[in-house]
Amino acid sequence: MTAVARPSGPLRDTRLMAALANAMRQDTWTIALVLLLVALLVLTRLINPNYGPFNVTSLAMAALPVALAAVAQAIAVISGGIDLSIGSVMALTSVTAATLFVGASPELSVGIVLAILLMGVVIGLINGSLIVLTRVPDIVVTLAMLFVWGGAALLVLNRPGGAVTPWLRELMTGSLLIDWLPRALVLLLTVVGLVWIPLRRSTLGLSIYAIGSNRLAAFRSGVNVGRTRIAAYAFTGLFAAAGGLALTAATGIGSPIPGPYLLLSVAAVVLGGVSLAGGQGGLLGPIIAVFILALIRADLTFLGVNPNYAEVIQGAIMVLVVMFGAYVTLRRRRRA
Amino acid sequence: MSSSTATANRGRGPLVPLGARMWIRERPLVPLLFLLLGLIVTLELVRPGIVNATWLANTIKFAIPLAILAAAQTLAMLTGGIDLSVAAVASMAAYLVATQAPVHGPLVAVLIAFGAAALVGLVNGIGIGVFRVHPLIMTLAMTLVVGGVVTVYMLSVVTSGVRVPAELNWLSQQTAFGFLPHSLLLFVPLAALILLGLRRSGYGRLLYALGDNETAARLSGVRVWQVLIALYIVTALLAAVAGMLFAGLLNTASAQLVNGFLLPSVAAAVIGGTSIFGGRGGYAGSIVGAVILTVLSTLLQVLGMQEAVRQILYGAIILAVAAAYTRITEDG
Repeated sequence: MTAVARPSGPLRDTRLMAALANAMRQDTWTIALVLLLVALLVLTRLINPNYGPFNVTSLAMAALPVALAAVAQAIAVISGGIDLSIGSVMALTSVTAATLFVGASPELSVGIVLAILLMGVVIGLINGSLIVLTRVPDIVVTLAMLFVWGGAALLVLNRPGGAVTPWLRELMTGSLLIDWLPRALVLLLTVVGLVWIPLRRSTLGLSIYAIGSNRLAAFRSGVNVGRTRIAAYAFTGLFAAAGGLALTAATGIGSPIPGPYLLLSVAAVVLGGVSLAGGQGGLLGPIIAVFILALIRADLTFLGVNPNYAEVIQGAIMVLVVMFGAYVTLRRRRRA
Repeated sequence: MSSSTATANRGRGPLVPLGARMWIRERPLVPLLFLLLGLIVTLELVRPGIVNATWLANTIKFAIPLAILAAAQTLAMLTGGIDLSVAAVASMAAYLVATQAPVHGPLVAVLIAFGAAALVGLVNGIGIGVFRVHPLIMTLAMTLVVGGVVTVYMLSVVTSGVRVPAELNWLSQQTAFGFLPHSLLLFVPLAALILLGLRRSGYGRLLYALGDNETAARLSGVRVWQVLIALYIVTALLAAVAGMLFAGLLNTASAQLVNGFLLPSVAAAVIGGTSIFGGRGGYAGSIVGAVILTVLSTLLQVLGMQEAVRQILYGAIILAVAAAYTRITEDG
């Protein structure tokens, strides 16, 4: 790159755009997100010089359920689908966990955590099977299941209540080794990494990307499309359940009313560089996007901005980033 | 065509005879009307005497605003899009009318609300039509923006108070002859306009064309971005009308007033047979869908079920109808 003599004027401009477009196609979107996050952290320090390890750990703890929801949504979207029922599934798993945790010994509660994760997998299997068997579009099936799982959550617990086992809460409070490394972040990266890295390298992971990219081509290459879609939704369910557990741990109780996790998860997935058309993107982007959105919200609070504007700004950022991405893609397509 | 249908039939067994399937495919409203009739009969069986003039008036009153929201959703879905901002826009319009009417009078308040709604629609349309942002994302983001702005506005006008104009109450609450709600005065011409517009007008056909094959439409000389901008302005205006009716009906207004009706509006259009991928469907089905959902929620209430079970059944029925539809109308 440095060897190339720098052309000036419009030519240089088009080369810059081409380079940018090319970069956007690869991991640079994630790199840009990391840079944005770092810039935001610096900005936060400037706004609030007292911003320290305590704030970072509480930010990470509050962002953990959202990040897990975003991971869950990202897997569904990568496979070419979308899961509108994520908020309800989180509510259902959260209240179930909170109810079971009441009076449970630490040993028993390990079993409960595993059971809740298994429950998430089963819920995902049900969602995926219904989509494949009825041949109704993902968005419609998961819209209907949003009501079903939401109703089930109300059956388990019709008002906020329950408890959380102490060790689960400790697992995500405070920091690890150094003050600036929140346990919640380590937990998040461990959980996601343990599942995602082996998955991504496996045939199943490749198939999930393949069916999201081009279902017909995947089918003709011998991928069992139906089974792969169901598997993708099972992983979505698993992470949604993990999000539900994190929610219970963060609040200490379970609430049957779904939080804003559906909207937040879609927003994070889009900002994180996962194409809604499927087959593209990873999980790191959405996770970073969640922290960016949470930091922006925190900064606005420090600046004394009306917290309701935070939503406005969040929406505006989403639109602008997506418009910019679409614009670059358009430029690239015209050139090709 | 015939061979592929035969293959599908062999695979699935003679669940629905081929002749009947073809017949139903041409007349998608028939099974829906049967479903509606079935629900009404069940309602009458569960509580004899409930199906009377008052019940009819109440059902129509609640179905109309939902049907108007579903109209917005149907139009967007015909092009292969979706408008998730209808509930936020409807709440905004309702709140604007309820807070501006005491100051400027109802007429100006309604105009302000329509103006704000059209602005949101314009932004949606520019994002989707010009910048090619996915409709789901664009309208979702606008939901956040509108919701936030209205909440801020709500805090700033706390002093002037919320008062739904009496005219809106008259329109959406009261009835003539005991069973004909006044809102029919608004809804019948509006529905006729949409039904005829979709069938007869060039613009209506363009919506189907875009949903069926956007590239083909573009190559035929359609200025896609103009069609989309006009579409999302129309859906926002429809949402505003629905919001005002909800305000009159519930006699209150807030930034969250209509939020609970967003998913039912999508469900009404889906039950009514409009494909979420675009190009297929129509408004008549969505109207029946809105009535079905309204009757269904009455039935579930009358059955004395708790909220939890009601939600589960509601979701299950939406899924069952959508699945039956796919099975019947799908080619091959």
